[in-house]
Amino acid sequence: MVQHHQHEVVIVGAGGAGLMAALYASRSADTAVLSKLYPTRSHTGAAQGGIGAALGNLEEDHADWHTFDTVKGSDYLGDQDAIEYMCTQAVPVVYELEHMGLPFSRNPDGTIAQRRFGGHTNNETKKPVMRSCYAADRTGHMILQTLYQQCIKNKVNFYDEFHVLDLLMRDGVVNGVVAVELATGDLHVFHAKSVVFATGGHGRVWEVTSNAYAYTGDGVAIAMRRGLPAQDLEFFQFHPTGIFKMGILITEGVRGEGGILVNDQGERFMERYAPTVKDLASRDVVSRSIFLEVKEGRGINGGRYVHLDMRPETVNKYAELDGRTGPDGKPLIVTGEQLLSKVPDIVDFARTYLGVDPIKELMPIQPTAHYAMGGIPTNFHTQVLADAKGAVVPGFFAAGEVACVSVHGANRLGTNSLLDLVVFGKEAGIKAAEYAKGADYKPLDEDPTAFTREQLDRLLAGKGGEKIVTIAEEMKMKMMDDVGVFRTAEGMHSAAEKMRELRSRYLNVSVDDHGRRFNTDLLNAWELGCLLDVALVTAVSAEARPESRGAHAREDFPQRDDANWLKHSLAWLDGDQVKLDYKPVTITKHQPMERVY
Amino acid sequence: MLVYLKIFRYNPEAGRSTPSFDTYNIEAQPTDRVLDLLEHVKGHVDGTLSFRRSCAHGVCGSDAMRINGRNMLACKVLVKDVGNEITVEPILGLPVLKDMIVDMEPFFDSYKAVMPYLVNDEVPADGKERLQSPEQRERFDDTTKCIMCAACTTSCPVYWADDQYVGPAAIVNAHRFIFDSRDQAGGERLKILSDHGGVFRCRTAFNCTEACPREIHVTQAIAEVKQAITG
Repeated sequence: MVQHHQHEVVIVGAGGAGLMAALYASRSADTAVLSKLYPTRSHTGAAQGGIGAALGNLEEDHADWHTFDTVKGSDYLGDQDAIEYMCTQAVPVVYELEHMGLPFSRNPDGTIAQRRFGGHTNNETKKPVMRSCYAADRTGHMILQTLYQQCIKNKVNFYDEFHVLDLLMRDGVVNGVVAVELATGDLHVFHAKSVVFATGGHGRVWEVTSNAYAYTGDGVAIAMRRGLPAQDLEFFQFHPTGIFKMGILITEGVRGEGGILVNDQGERFMERYAPTVKDLASRDVVSRSIFLEVKEGRGINGGRYVHLDMRPETVNKYAELDGRTGPDGKPLIVTGEQLLSKVPDIVDFARTYLGVDPIKELMPIQPTAHYAMGGIPTNFHTQVLADAKGAVVPGFFAAGEVACVSVHGANRLGTNSLLDLVVFGKEAGIKAAEYAKGADYKPLDEDPTAFTREQLDRLLAGKGGEKIVTIAEEMKMKMMDDVGVFRTAEGMHSAAEKMRELRSRYLNVSVDDHGRRFNTDLLNAWELGCLLDVALVTAVSAEARPESRGAHAREDFPQRDDANWLKHSLAWLDGDQVKLDYKPVTITKHQPMERVY
Repeated sequence: MLVYLKIFRYNPEAGRSTPSFDTYNIEAQPTDRVLDLLEHVKGHVDGTLSFRRSCAHGVCGSDAMRINGRNMLACKVLVKDVGNEITVEPILGLPVLKDMIVDMEPFFDSYKAVMPYLVNDEVPADGKERLQSPEQRERFDDTTKCIMCAACTTSCPVYWADDQYVGPAAIVNAHRFIFDSRDQAGGERLKILSDHGGVFRCRTAFNCTEACPREIHVTQAIAEVKQAITG
């Protein structure tokens, strides 16, 4: 049975970007939010360390400095008009979150508390600056809760546990989506004037990841299946500090509060790789440093991990050596209790999953697949772009991790993802509603669920005996080994070939569950199809870029090549072929320089 | 180690309209999450097994279940914490729809009933943040941690028996605003909670506090709301 609905604005995804878009769009347009999870389950809630904004509550800071740090952090691949917009909007939007009720941690004077974070600096002294506005180590949880609370207050219209499987278009204009209702298995057509994708990322492509099960690249894959490009997928961030083997995130805030990384010899190795900011270098730099330590046999006991040390005696020792001082100008001295109050969830995770008390012991960590810098190309008004010339797809908007504006370029700074969500989620809500007010409902095709049914029916009819879990495991291992922290031409080429093989074997997948209600077996299979599409395009886009920039680090091309490769990639997926095109980076104030921390 | 895993099954659509248990012997690591075992069964043995999950590290609240008789998050309990005989069942007090999946709508309805949002339209003239001292902020810190997994509410014997009672999680979320110095609707919330289905249904069983995977002092929060009502 197919049910039909009509809403002026349809938002897909109910994390930070989707909810922010919903709050704004629903002020002036009939708006519906569709999410495959209950909104409070969204992965925004797992973000820990903070949201970046140059409030200057504890020391001098400026939106211009934030802009420069983000440009530099992006390894100059970020579009500077968009970055400047985001960093300038950061200050009012953080105040807006506070006004909505977000329970930020507070300074003694009652202002919003801020802490140091990787890559955020005082542009004059080059030292780390306190820019990350935080609520303990559960800032994302507080943002998600606060936005959901405001949506309840404003009676936003939710369709919870509706999994969107297709984007509807007619004559190049977006006019709706198709979703399956998990509880019944029914297909629903949502006829819309504008559609906002806020579907999150795709870290589940890799074996070790901080990402939720839900992070399966649905948004990017759906758009590609409708002939739209994906931008900069070769840039995927590995966060330096994931719990060994499990990948669970240990916030950079631990290092922001003075924690350090040590190798098997007890050496604080980041002093060699980033002499000025050391453990608070950008994430790509720190992840590579860990990888190299391990490669040279200095992992703990020769293993594939190093230690993160946040014991108070260590923090105090290095605070004195680094000359870090408290607000009173005296050397910073912290107690275990104070550290616990700054990062309570981290202490809880370490105790639960590692059996380690981080106030007294060392945490084994390794880089973990964390964040997609690439995604659906948009301009900084969140309008989706169809080609390298910047043609807009009418009626289609994207925001948050699924989108590539691009404000993160080749490497995202910590705290800028939550900022991206709220700034561009808000923009998407405003722009999608404005567009809807000036548009008519574009007629739907005669059989709008045809493509969705074709995909689901094929999976349900599959008798080939390939298991979802086998294909998923092979994909994750291969991508981890060959399209991870360091890359070579040979590895990426073999990864692309492997993804083609897995996509062809995927056609022989069979599912066990043939029912309608909560058929998570079927939907997991469908999600795996999305992951494979995204993985293939990632491998091919990566192989085609013969330079090292940000998170894309090649052993065979160790240098950045601005003369030839200071440009964004755009990739179209056609069968098992990937077509690539490129477009220039927008540079306004900051000419590319060598990137040193 | 070998784990003897017993899983509740219910799926009327597929002819399993009488709840029953399936059992599996699984080779597991002591550090595996119970969720990892469920994923193993779903991936390798029986894809029809159904449960909700997302973050897999105890922050999204999807996978509250009864594990050896107690409410826990399947992703936040390790095999070594519960031993090698493990029984997994859906949480109690909400209608079971399929295997471990329950109808969450009544739970969210109760949450929505207590005005779970900040009420205050006054903004400082300079547009900046409202000031709040660290002590004022600390006053409601504990109840900001709630992830709405329903482990507390569905461990409450009063909630099982009384469909009027809003349950512990809703009260926790009301507490979070009642004790926030910035909020202006505490009186309205207290009025809602002094009503028929409110805090006075609580019989202080402490199940909720024991069940909370976020270690929120739920019973204490309820007591504080009771006290705020009675003055």
